[in-house]
Amino acid sequence: MNSRQRDQLATLVFYSIAAGITALLFGLIGYMLYQGFPKLTLDFLTSPSSSFKAGGGIGSQLFNSFYILVLTMLFTIPLGLGGGIYMAEYARDNKLTSTIRTCIEVLASLPSIVIGMFGLLVFVNLTGWGYTMIGGALALTVFNLPVMVRVCEDALRSVPREQKEASLALGLTHWHSIKTVLLPAAFPGILTGAILASGRVFGEAASLLFTAGITTPTLDFGNWNPFDSVSPLNIFRPAETLAVHIWSVNTQGLIPDVRAVADGSAAVLILAVLVFNLLARWIGSLLHKKITAQA
Amino acid sequence: MDGNTVRASSRLLKSTNKTALHLERRGKMTVMVCAFLIISAALSITIFLTVKGLDAFLENGVSIVDFLSSTNWNPTDHKSPTYGALSFIFGSFLVTILAACLAAPLGIGCAIFMTEIAPSWGKKVLQPVIELLVGVPSVVYGFIGLSVLVPFLRSVVGGQGFSVLAGTLVLAVMILPTVASIAADGLNSLPGGLREGSFALGATRWQTIWRVVLPAAMPTLLTAIVLGMARAFGEALAVQMVIGNVRTLPEALTDPAATLTTIITLNMGHTTFGSTENNVLWSLALILLAMSFFFILFIRYLSSRRKFS
Repeated sequence: MNSRQRDQLATLVFYSIAAGITALLFGLIGYMLYQGFPKLTLDFLTSPSSSFKAGGGIGSQLFNSFYILVLTMLFTIPLGLGGGIYMAEYARDNKLTSTIRTCIEVLASLPSIVIGMFGLLVFVNLTGWGYTMIGGALALTVFNLPVMVRVCEDALRSVPREQKEASLALGLTHWHSIKTVLLPAAFPGILTGAILASGRVFGEAASLLFTAGITTPTLDFGNWNPFDSVSPLNIFRPAETLAVHIWSVNTQGLIPDVRAVADGSAAVLILAVLVFNLLARWIGSLLHKKITAQA
Repeated sequence: MDGNTVRASSRLLKSTNKTALHLERRGKMTVMVCAFLIISAALSITIFLTVKGLDAFLENGVSIVDFLSSTNWNPTDHKSPTYGALSFIFGSFLVTILAACLAAPLGIGCAIFMTEIAPSWGKKVLQPVIELLVGVPSVVYGFIGLSVLVPFLRSVVGGQGFSVLAGTLVLAVMILPTVASIAADGLNSLPGGLREGSFALGATRWQTIWRVVLPAAMPTLLTAIVLGMARAFGEALAVQMVIGNVRTLPEALTDPAATLTTIITLNMGHTTFGSTENNVLWSLALILLAMSFFFILFIRYLSSRRKFS
């Protein structure tokens, strides 16, 4: 076999690997959507789950997922933004900066179950709250913070140097030019990153098992007093999210229609990831066009 | 922006007005506090989990040698409970290494296809799709494993279907997009002159890939594999759903097994906080923590060897 034939053979192999992987992954995701799609009725999406009988929905789980996502982003975005600004603008090339980088790396590579156990130790036992929504959101903040810091730092660093120099040359203080020049210019990148991170948070389960718990009290959606124990807004109640629900109905559940509930939930999760991804791309390019004044 | 309406004289650093300087200091303090929070989060996770993980050995008197070398796990036995975690440690390493062996060649092959063979199509279609798949939640992969793979294995190989093989396949599929996407980034960042130089010498595309591109990108490709392995090692729910969770060492790929993460997931919820049985689970978590530090050190070593970045 000469080198030309070998080259053709290798090309063929690479084509088949790529085709095989694409087919496999598309097949799996498509199969899940195909299985779950017929179950996605309004009733399924809004009614509360049942622990014994068939026919339960995922209403409260879906609500919990979004609520925990909002809480997490409420903590993560300011902290991540602050950390990102520090790393991109103020950090000098010294020991402290490399320590922070190491810490970000450590946090980013921790298995999510380890973060969940840390959450169990600190936000559940040490504080005495028990399994709560806020405990879950704080654990997810730890889980999400390194991603957010990186996103903000990269977005700030990719702003053209001249813009910052021009604003400093006009005599603005460093902080004022960060606030009025750098942040607006970096905004599309930060927003895109934040939406992608939201997708990751939405599907996270292992770190929530021991922090937000695997149960949800019966919620009264007419009760909007955040301090009432049956109110959906109460942040000191256990809250099972959708991703946790898929796991718990399959491994601990007693309901007879496990497969149907799990199929539907999995389809919702996949759809949510799709939506978050497409939204991030779309908003990112839209804002980029607007800011750079391209038609 | 409300700042735009402030007069220039009050925004200048050297003005007589002290507010600008004050704001500058306050802004810098705020972002420094955020940065210190990151350090304190990482430190407190390490300290809390290390202290808690050593409790079983220091307070409950569990032998550390038995813990690491015995396969006898029976913490609920009232007379003589035993805490040998070797089967779980072995299970974790087994599924991780097997999954990496499956995912590495496929993922890197896919990355080569995206960057070297069909760059335009790869960049426009395949790369976004792969990045999207990185975001698919791991419980979904676990559920696919449980509802499709396990019944399939049951009918083809026999047995229960819950097995090391099922765990390996689920993990391999899960880390495949991760490996492919990081490897593709690495290949993309190679200087283009390398390939052109090789083509100019008359090498075929395969010779260029095999003799020039792969050796040059080797540290990045290894980083991609190690990151995939780190993800597989720490994955809990997806594996737990398909591996069968038994205490014994698996003798064949079709045997059920358990990993560190699956045992923690299963037992953490219904053991009393502070009991020996519970403390041993924290020791398992300490092993997970130590492994993730090891993976970081390994990746650092690899990136220090990177020739082109």
